[in-house]
Amino acid sequence: MLDALKKLFGSSSYKSSEVAHQRLKFVLLNDRANISPEIMENIKNDIIKVISHYMEIDKNLMEISLENDADSVALVANIPVSSMKHHIHKR
Amino acid sequence: MSEVIVITSGKGGVGKTTTTANLGVGLAMRGKKVALVDTDTGLRNLDLLLGLERRIVYTLVDVVQKRVNYGQALVRHKKYTNLFLLPTSQVADKTAIEPHDMLSIIDAMRSEFDYILVDCPAGIEQGFQTAVIGADKAIVVTMPEIAAVRDADKIIGKLQSEDKPIRLVVNRIRPEMVKDGTMLDMTSIDDILSVECIGQIPDDKKVVDSANRGIPVVEWKDSPAGSAYRDVVGRVLGEDIPFKPFETEGFFARLKHVFGH
Repeated sequence: MLDALKKLFGSSSYKSSEVAHQRLKFVLLNDRANISPEIMENIKNDIIKVISHYMEIDKNLMEISLENDADSVALVANIPVSSMKHHIHKR
Repeated sequence: MSEVIVITSGKGGVGKTTTTANLGVGLAMRGKKVALVDTDTGLRNLDLLLGLERRIVYTLVDVVQKRVNYGQALVRHKKYTNLFLLPTSQVADKTAIEPHDMLSIIDAMRSEFDYILVDCPAGIEQGFQTAVIGADKAIVVTMPEIAAVRDADKIIGKLQSEDKPIRLVVNRIRPEMVKDGTMLDMTSIDDILSVECIGQIPDDKKVVDSANRGIPVVEWKDSPAGSAYRDVVGRVLGEDIPFKPFETEGFFARLKHVFGH
């Protein structure tokens, strides 16, 4: 009942300490996502290593970046596949 | 063997200098030989909090410019004769001391002191680099406020990239606000910063009173912040001291206020 009233009058039922915690979690995700090109290069090389176990990929055309939008941060990778390796079917 | 600890925060006004003064006096009270180095050139205040402002003759800038050696710039504390302040200049700016100058001064001082505490200026520019360069470890001071925690995170990132061990001091906690959910609690701060905490300092009017007098609160027997700082000192010395729950003002305490005692 109280919650319904609060909603009706537009006030949040969350305590402000919880609001601060959630806002900090998000803002720091963005702040920390500002990582150096060297680290990005390392991530890229590690991804190549893992994926190469399963398929042939075109390393030169591969793109990887962190993208921010209003409420999330995503690691976006575009990895062109040139062929599949045979042995994965045998596993 | 000496240990060099930088006290830093990113954001201004969270209690770096207060923490430096209290740790310094606290370690001196425990018999350690301590030097406090103020690197907030142009905005020095550590001298005031220690009650040493009228005894400064030479500063860190004079040492850097080779007019005197660091020993001549050190100000000995009146009460704790094993506590020394290396003040900085109030007229020069942060560019007067380069990181490599600081490193050679700190290295020269190491053989003489058990602890060297470096009070860092706010910000992440040259002043920060200068303060941090000679340090073995860092104490990051923050407050349970959203802006202070964010800035602490930034500073922690910078210190981690330099491989400095980091400990956290959370200053100006208001237990009654934490209790009713209007201030970030330690669980949230731990979740966000993930740094080992060695101090939870309650907000305490006596901190202002003590700054007025130039006598750090760590000496004051009747101060909750002073008691929390004595615990921080113990933890810096490697003692295993559990955190005490804060006393929120109960009915009887309020009753005492009403009746004036």
